[in-house]
Amino acid sequence: MDSFYKFSARFAELSKPQRTQSREISIDACGIIRDPLGCSKYFLFYSSVIVISMKNWRNDAYAKVTGKTKFTDDLKFANLLHAVPVYSDYVHAEILSINTAAAAQSDGVVRVITAKDIPGSNRHGQIVRDLRILADDRIRYNGDVVAIIVAETRDQAIRATALVKVDARELPSLLDPEKALEPDAPLIHEDLGTNVINTHKVRRGDVDAGFRDSDLILEQKFETQFVEHAYMETEASVCQQRPDGVMEVYGSMQHPFSTRRFVSRFLGVALSEVEVLGTPLGGGFGGKDDTAAIVCARTALASKLTGRPVKMMYKRIWSMRESYKRHPYRVYYKMGVSKNGIIRAVQTKIIADGGAYCSVTPWVTWRSTVQCCGPYVVDNVHCDTIGVYTNNVFTGAMRGFGSPQMNFVIEQMVEMAAEKLGMSPIEFRRRNMVRQGSVTITGQKLDNHAVAMEQVLDAVMKEIRYDEKIGQSSYGAVDKDEWYGIGLAMSYRGVSLGAEGVDLCAAIINVQADGSVILEVGVHENGQGSESAMMLLLAEELGIDVERIRYRRSSTSTIPDSGTTVASRGTIMGGGALKMAARELKAKIGAVIAPIVGGTPEQLRYEKNAIVGTSSSIAFDAAMAEMFNAKVFPHGFGIYQAPKVSWDDEHGRGDAYFTWVYGCQAIELTVNRTTGKVKLLNAVAAHDVGKAINPGMAEGQFFGGMAMGIGYALHEEVIMKDGRIVNTNFNTYRIPRSMDMPEMKAIIVENNDTTTPTGAKSLGEPTNELMAPAIANALYHATGERRFVLPMRVGKKEARGVE
Amino acid sequence: MKLKVNGREYTVDGAALEKRLIDYLRDDLDLTGAKNACDIGACGACTVLLNNEPTKICPRYVKELEGASIVTIEGLASADGTLHPLQQAFVDAGAIQCGFCTPGMVLTAHALHQQIINAIEAAAPFYQHKKE
Ligand code: FES
Repeated sequence: MDSFYKFSARFAELSKPQRTQSREISIDACGIIRDPLGCSKYFLFYSSVIVISMKNWRNDAYAKVTGKTKFTDDLKFANLLHAVPVYSDYVHAEILSINTAAAAQSDGVVRVITAKDIPGSNRHGQIVRDLRILADDRIRYNGDVVAIIVAETRDQAIRATALVKVDARELPSLLDPEKALEPDAPLIHEDLGTNVINTHKVRRGDVDAGFRDSDLILEQKFETQFVEHAYMETEASVCQQRPDGVMEVYGSMQHPFSTRRFVSRFLGVALSEVEVLGTPLGGGFGGKDDTAAIVCARTALASKLTGRPVKMMYKRIWSMRESYKRHPYRVYYKMGVSKNGIIRAVQTKIIADGGAYCSVTPWVTWRSTVQCCGPYVVDNVHCDTIGVYTNNVFTGAMRGFGSPQMNFVIEQMVEMAAEKLGMSPIEFRRRNMVRQGSVTITGQKLDNHAVAMEQVLDAVMKEIRYDEKIGQSSYGAVDKDEWYGIGLAMSYRGVSLGAEGVDLCAAIINVQADGSVILEVGVHENGQGSESAMMLLLAEELGIDVERIRYRRSSTSTIPDSGTTVASRGTIMGGGALKMAARELKAKIGAVIAPIVGGTPEQLRYEKNAIVGTSSSIAFDAAMAEMFNAKVFPHGFGIYQAPKVSWDDEHGRGDAYFTWVYGCQAIELTVNRTTGKVKLLNAVAAHDVGKAINPGMAEGQFFGGMAMGIGYALHEEVIMKDGRIVNTNFNTYRIPRSMDMPEMKAIIVENNDTTTPTGAKSLGEPTNELMAPAIANALYHATGERRFVLPMRVGKKEARGVE
Repeated sequence: MKLKVNGREYTVDGAALEKRLIDYLRDDLDLTGAKNACDIGACGACTVLLNNEPTKICPRYVKELEGASIVTIEGLASADGTLHPLQQAFVDAGAIQCGFCTPGMVLTAHALHQQIINAIEAAAPFYQHKKE
């Protein structure tokens, strides 16, 4: 324990501002795990421990590395019951009856719950309330749950699931979004009167004129797949009703406040009668929102109906079957360019398969729409996006949120256009990319932050020596057994929710009489280290050692609804709220302490665990004792609201996001000509993060994002057969493993962003949205063939989507 | 039947014999570091050291393991809480995010580390010899 904390003391020193413009970190430390023969490197790793340690501080590291962290399924309660979901085999059907009599008689079963038992409302949804927590009128996809079985043990509950009989009238299932749009297609939600979830558009300039002015017009169709988030921890919840009637909810979720809305509405009780307690989360990636909330709601109902604590822990096969996925896109893309390499016009139609329920499809597709031309200035744009209901598994938020699909399209289109013009794709990018003061396709002028597009491109090209290596590409040369290729892709990305949601966050700083601090912020720790980032920020703000701070995991009953920790907004929003709370706190401290140490409250400096005035200084803990003596609580409450954004849905334009981030990733690979095996060699990523609050954790976001991007590009696909998911476990749904990974290098570019209170911007998602197009371009340079379908297949497995 | 877990000997009988090892460790011994994430031996979240070998235990039953010695993540640090150097290395390298499968990774890496050390020790006399 002691040695652990020693490191944090050193970290506090390092976390003082002394930052360089760009910090480069290499991944030696992890390389060893893949390279067991590199013994020397291994020991080097040990000796460099102290150097590395200072940039990686986390408040939860000790608990996590010793297995002490209690995730939802690790929680124990006396008298606990276990609940499990019951599915039916149908994909689309009208329910006639659900017979639970036999299941109710089964050994150990305490209660069987169906939609009839719901005291509140069964209709839920963050945007459209089309989602049933328990199927009532219809089954709309194969993951709909018809009943919940509650038993003394989980095994007993599972055994009883086979005894539930669903009598239903089968309906034709709509599995293709374009078929679902046909005029005579049956309706999946009859009350909505349409299978269209939403539409978005961008209209800029005059595309017809743009295409007339073009010397070259390219048209291509692209398709992307359903993707599972593959969080290692499946959905889980434990609920118990307190003696005062409040339902306590623990669960694996990204969004406690959204969960609370689902639970209270489902139980038909006030928001204050449900307390959702943040619980350590075993991965989310955007996937622990709707489904996680549903699981909590069902568990809460089971607890309410039985009067006992209930746990519901999902098996992987249930999680994969029921939970929402990344949207498959079908993109029709037409680009017109002039001889000198300027994009004259883009016309695109984007069709997103929303599956059975709306979830956040309108928001996901909105981002795709706003970013449909990538980081390029295009004067004539006509974009139509449509989200469609089908009887497939529903789709929702996933890291990247509508951008990975579009980048796969755009970053291949620009290379294809450049090649046809006989121009270097890099030069083509430079001629079209956004620069300081550029105007985006939705009419937003990029002048309030550093537009770092070219900076990150140059950083990546230099590091990977792109110019030198591109000439070595094989282009499918017949005289070679092993083909080499290098490829890159770049993007810009609107930060946080943008015009898609309400961006508000709260923080509470509660300093104790001994100078220790309790911090609470309305963002949720998803495993990315947001608690640690908040603690480091506060330590810097108050000039105290980070060990003095304890993070209070928030509960929905102690802090205002601060929205969801998605859209890479945690650090920005939480950091903003924290700064505001610190401002309030310092005003209170200043009033009491300035007279003691001299100067005005504004002149006080907070450093080295002391408060320094113009004439003397006082230790921070002594100062806090003074505060209590003076009967002034050193307590700060702060709210941060994201800067204003605007959107005109009618014309498809507006200042969509308050600031933007810029990223570029490149990769080298080889392809075995005979087997088609792709070997990833080396990847480099540069992202402008504004400011890296915790560089070590930031680096983790790079590598994790790139790994997921690699899975998206080459491995992952939820395979549907007649509306049923075939691959519902990790033996058949293949996510990348350590052996699949290339060497990776993260280049953190820091252009302090003045639009955010801490200077920090997003990182979690931008890192995830570029690997697929970079690999697509590298595969083209290796094989001489383009691939327009994800995941990309090479060689023998090359089933579809090759030019 | 006897089973050694983190150096301590347990006598297992009755219903516990019929349990999967992962459930026995988690439910009966409250060693919740090993996680159940796939049930089929595909992911490694349930990894423990079974007779010094990193083993995915989700498909294994207690009754098959008579006399086995098991080390879980809870047994890796010293009794006073000092981390094993490999655990410390994970902390220092920032190799932790959500932490859910970190126990499995630490134990797998630990076994690999042990293998390397063993290999080096086995090779040492040879190099010694060459130097002379
Ligand atoms: S839980 Fe996945 S391998 Fe055992």
